[in-house]
Amino acid sequence: MGEILLSVENVTKSYGKNVVLDDMSFQVRQGEVIVVVGPSGCGKSTLLRCINALEPIQSGKIKLNGEIVNPDGKNLTQLRQKIGMVFQSYDLFPHLSVLNNIMIAPCKVQKRKKDEVQKEAYALLERVNLKEKADSYPRELSGGQKQRVAIVRALCMHPEILLFDEVTAALDPEMVREVLDVILGLADSGKTMIIVTHEMQFARAIADRILFLDGGKIVENGSPEDFFEHPKTERARKFLHTFEFNRIKQVHHSECEEQNA
Amino acid sequence: MPDLGLEVLFKGKNMVRLLGGIGVALKISLIAVVISIPLGILLGALMTWKNRGVRAILRIYLEFVRIMPQMVLLFLCYFGTTRAFGWNLSGETSAVIVFTLWGTAEMSDLVRGALISIPIHQYESSEALGFNRAQTYLYIVIPQAIRRLIPLSINLITRMIKTTSLILMIGVVEVIKVAQQIIEANRMASPNAAFGVYLTVLLLYFLACWPISLLAKYLERKWR
Repeated sequence: MGEILLSVENVTKSYGKNVVLDDMSFQVRQGEVIVVVGPSGCGKSTLLRCINALEPIQSGKIKLNGEIVNPDGKNLTQLRQKIGMVFQSYDLFPHLSVLNNIMIAPCKVQKRKKDEVQKEAYALLERVNLKEKADSYPRELSGGQKQRVAIVRALCMHPEILLFDEVTAALDPEMVREVLDVILGLADSGKTMIIVTHEMQFARAIADRILFLDGGKIVENGSPEDFFEHPKTERARKFLHTFEFNRIKQVHHSECEEQNA
Repeated sequence: MPDLGLEVLFKGKNMVRLLGGIGVALKISLIAVVISIPLGILLGALMTWKNRGVRAILRIYLEFVRIMPQMVLLFLCYFGTTRAFGWNLSGETSAVIVFTLWGTAEMSDLVRGALISIPIHQYESSEALGFNRAQTYLYIVIPQAIRRLIPLSINLITRMIKTTSLILMIGVVEVIKVAQQIIEANRMASPNAAFGVYLTVLLLYFLACWPISLLAKYLERKWR
């Protein structure tokens, strides 16, 4: 594993009296894929939003390459270019074509040359099998296609770290796969990512490390094998049980046998 | 067929005079539109700011202009400023000033409405891409707001054109005034001229506003 890219140090975030992130600390190394799981309301999405300074934090520090990410900081727009974020609701810009959605930030924010950006945009679209949609508008795309475009839009900025905030939660089941395949491909190519998801199979397949959050705290922080096979805490076990369906059937089965006996 | 008194239109230069009248009305309203749309966009954007002071001042301006009948504003600007400050504004200048103030106020409220109707996610995803506040407005928010604004602002423009019929009250000779002059001058020869002349005025207003409505419809379809 590489050097430390992102460090979250004693971060506390609250809305009024409601503490969402409670003195949270962890580090992300270059090339690492972190998957954040936990019950809803545990602060997963808020954590990502704080890392991108979309939400102010009350105390603690978030550092990217040693630079502090701060909503009031002067270098905020510089830092945000290094942090790509993909949202649950895709949020493409409806007035721009797919190609322009991807090109606008590299051209206007990073002031890169138009033909160079366009070449890259086409290459990235090809990678997610959407090259023929370059001139379409977001309203003409399916949810899964929109989300792949949103990923390409984030990638085209050459971010050092990518944040995925429940990117498949709003999609129909058959579209989930096409999006997750893209993210798996990114993991393969060595991108540093923090992924918030409810897809446990996916989490297990992609994660280098799982963070299990509950009540604004990191309850477990370990390898996917450890987390899924031998969860250390009762809360994690309880959480994982909610994804198990065959267990109920077995219980039911044995009950039937008891009745027959 | 009843006598509509249409023959007066072809006497002397009457038709040309009516066209000149609608020209005056259009000139005043279009100058006001051209000034008030950019100003309205600016003020509308300011109204979405968090600064309470700015918002309060703009709110007072908007409500004042909107509550006052346009006629009162015209009198205030044309007669009032002469008495109070000794300004000698011409009728046309007063009309342009009042229509600009009114158009700006109405436009700013439309712009404010369009801006707050843009979902917060649009702001967030553009900020997440590294756009600063000004760029977010310039490239993401305003282009979308403008698309939503088109039908509303076209409605405002046609309202402004039609409301110029009030400015004859401050001595501007626009189309209604010309119509009245023609009717008065032909009272004996064509006592029924009122119908035909006003019908023509109606037609002229329609011809002025209809293409604007068509343009709005076209843009709406193009931008969806």
